[in-house]
Amino acid sequence: MLDKDGIAKRIAKEIKDGFYVNLGIGIPTLVANYIPAGINVVLQSENGLLGMGPFPFEGEEDADLINAGKQTITTLPGSSIFDSALSFGMIRSQKIDLTILGAMEVSENGDIANWKIPGKMVKGMGGAMDLVASAKNIIVAMQHVNKAGESKLLPKCTLPLTGVNCIKKIVTELAVLDVLPEGGFKLIERAPGVSVDYIRQATTGKLFADDNVPEMIFD
Amino acid sequence: MINKVVSGADEAISDIENGNTLMLGGFGLCGIPENCITALVKKGVKDLTCISNNAGVDDFGIGLMLQQRQVKKMISSYVGENAEFERQLLSGELEVELIPQGTLATRCMASGYGMPAIFTPAGVGTEVAEGKEVRNFNGKDYLMEYAFDADFAIVKAWKGDTAGNLIFRSTSRNFNPVMAMAGKITIAEVEELVEAGELDPDHIHTPGVFVHRIFQGAGYEKRIEQRTVRTKN
Repeated sequence: MLDKDGIAKRIAKEIKDGFYVNLGIGIPTLVANYIPAGINVVLQSENGLLGMGPFPFEGEEDADLINAGKQTITTLPGSSIFDSALSFGMIRSQKIDLTILGAMEVSENGDIANWKIPGKMVKGMGGAMDLVASAKNIIVAMQHVNKAGESKLLPKCTLPLTGVNCIKKIVTELAVLDVLPEGGFKLIERAPGVSVDYIRQATTGKLFADDNVPEMIFD
Repeated sequence: MINKVVSGADEAISDIENGNTLMLGGFGLCGIPENCITALVKKGVKDLTCISNNAGVDDFGIGLMLQQRQVKKMISSYVGENAEFERQLLSGELEVELIPQGTLATRCMASGYGMPAIFTPAGVGTEVAEGKEVRNFNGKDYLMEYAFDADFAIVKAWKGDTAGNLIFRSTSRNFNPVMAMAGKITIAEVEELVEAGELDPDHIHTPGVFVHRIFQGAGYEKRIEQRTVRTKN
């Protein structure tokens, strides 16, 4: 079973040289720490920055330079800055190769719910609805089950949706799964030491697994 | 050159009235018009509809206007980090319309570009789509979203000149340029106001034609919401 960094590390393997990538808040942010050496990636922050760098050194924070999580950050050689409309223009026109974000639920037809729990204070969807509606490639990073022990991979989402029919891949502490175009979760890899049966029990949606599902390999 | 300079925030916002719709630039607390917010709190104007990506924090930004119950409705994409906001929302004192961030930006843009509506895939199949026209283009569904209609846009820039030309700095640019284009009256507060001719025309982000009033602000706090740093080895 993986910890959050393990999930981030596995997702980082999906990033290809030359990708422009948008990382959501939470586990997706950690992915930046595990981008393999020699791979050139440009991180987009939807508040208006391409080429997001690491956190500034202490004392070098700039209040005018933040990411979409409102954290102080830095630019990198080759960075560019733009307004919010232009930022979502590059998202809508699919110039961003990969979006990685968290979720509360994903359904077997690729619907995602990650912004609202009825009865709880709703903070808003931020840029998530724009990202999932337009991205050509979306990976969800999340825990396989919620705090109540219920599966987050479902036949149908129970929470209000963020987007429909848009998620292609999910990485959890237990597994890597593809969402099949015809519906259902296809088990691609198991976390080290986790059995197919265990994953099946944690998955309420339809799960397809071959006889020999490989374990994840980390370098 | 047409001179857009006013004496300060009080004069700039003097004709904002109860019930007006305002756009306020900024993302979180980054690039917000601090001086104008202070002046609006002082003026005590009420029943405002505020279009802004966020609603500030309890004691800064739009949060200051919420404390004085000046806001009737917030139109935002994300409104966390604000306990007073939550209290007013749950008690029914405050109305909130949450819309996707890209939709928010693009509805501002449409207004500034003179287009009545846009089509976006954001929110298709979700509760955001309720009551909205859906159109299919090339096999994909899009929602029709209307351009905003704001009485005033209030923005914060880094530098500006007496002709109203604006230059923004770093990610404090965010919503400011698109909102600047979208107000019936646009008010710009800047950290540094210079004479027309001192800014390179090639470097202007917002042409002065969109800006009706400009002044040099003072005492910028530029509060940081999430101070994140790394340590030197």
